[in-house]
Amino acid sequence: MQAWLFREWPWYVAGPLIGLFVPALLLVGNKVFGISGNLSHLCAAFAPGKLEFFRYDWRKAGLWNLVFLAGVLIGGFLAFHGGPPQTVAISTESRAALARLGIHDFSGVAPHEIFTWHALLTLRGFVLVVVGGFLVGFGTAYAAGCTSGHAISGLANFELPSLIAVFGFFAGGLIATYLILPFVLGGL
Amino acid sequence: MTTTSTSAFDGCGAGSSEQQATRPAFLAVYLLLGIAFGFVLSRSEVISWFRIQEMFRFQSFRMYGIIGSAVVNAAVSVALIKRFGIKSVARERISIPAKPLGSGIRYAAGGTIFGLGWVLTGACPGPLFALIGNGVTVMIVAVVSALVGTWTYGWLRPRLPH
Repeated sequence: MQAWLFREWPWYVAGPLIGLFVPALLLVGNKVFGISGNLSHLCAAFAPGKLEFFRYDWRKAGLWNLVFLAGVLIGGFLAFHGGPPQTVAISTESRAALARLGIHDFSGVAPHEIFTWHALLTLRGFVLVVVGGFLVGFGTAYAAGCTSGHAISGLANFELPSLIAVFGFFAGGLIATYLILPFVLGGL
Repeated sequence: MTTTSTSAFDGCGAGSSEQQATRPAFLAVYLLLGIAFGFVLSRSEVISWFRIQEMFRFQSFRMYGIIGSAVVNAAVSVALIKRFGIKSVARERISIPAKPLGSGIRYAAGGTIFGLGWVLTGACPGPLFALIGNGVTVMIVAVVSALVGTWTYGWLRPRLPH
C-alpha cells in the first residue's frame, strides 16, 4: 500500500474530496448528500411507535442512505486497519489547553481518558458519549440536517435555512467548548 | 437517437429515483461511495475529537480549510449541474428540494443543540459511524443515544416551535 494513503491528508486534499460527494450522489441517483436522515430512517425501521414523524416508507426514502452509512463504517475500518496507528497532530496550543482540562493521552483519534467502555461509567464519559450522542440525535432531527446536509449540501445550494443551522452549530460548539467541557473535565 | 442507449442501466426502466435506488446495482454504488467517504473522513481527521477541539479553540486553520473547500467544491459542482441541466445516471432531471424556512427556529435551536453534541462527542453523525470502524467502539453507545435523541424529537415534535 502507498504510504500516503494511510497518513493524514492536508486540508486542500481532504476538503475538495469531501465536497465531491455532493455531485457524486446527485449524478448517481439524484440524491442529496446528508447523513443524519439515517437516524430517522433507523427509528422508522425499528421503533416507529405511533409517531407521525416515523410513519413513512423508510426503504423507499432511505435504504440507499443506510447502505451509504454502512459503507462509512467499513471505510473507517479500512482506514484504521490498513495502516500504522496514528496520532492526531494537533497544535501545541491545543495540546496545552486540553492538558489544562486534564487530558494527557494524545494517542489515537479520540482521547482514551474519555472514549473507552471503562470511562463510560464516569461523569465525563457519560456526559460526552451518552448525553453528547443524545444531543447529536435530537439536534440534527430538529434542525433537519447535520454538517453534511446543512454545512455542505445546504450551503453549496445557497439555502438560508442551512446558513442559520450552521450558525447554530457554531454557537452550540462554542458553548460546549468554553462552558461545558471545563466544568465536566475540570476534575479529571 | 435518444431512444436507444448503451447505458449499463438499460432495462431498469424510467422509474423514479426512489425505485431505482433500491436496485442492487445502485445499492452497490452507494456502498462503495460510503466506503470512500468513511475513508476520507478518517484520513482528513475530521472524525477526531482533538481536531474538533482545535477548531473551536481557533488554534488551526485545518478544519475551516476542509469545510470551506468542501463547500466551494460542492457549490461549483451543483452550479455546473444546474447550468448545463446535467441529468442523473437514470436520466432523471437533477433537483435539490429547497428546505422550507418557516420561522427558522428549528434551524437555530436544532443547530445549536447539535453543536453542543458535536463538541461533546467530537463527532457528527457520519464520523460517529466512521469512529466505530476506527476502533472507538464505545461510539456504539453514542449512536444508540443519538437514536434515542432522534426518537425523542419525533415524540416532542408536535409541541416544539418550528
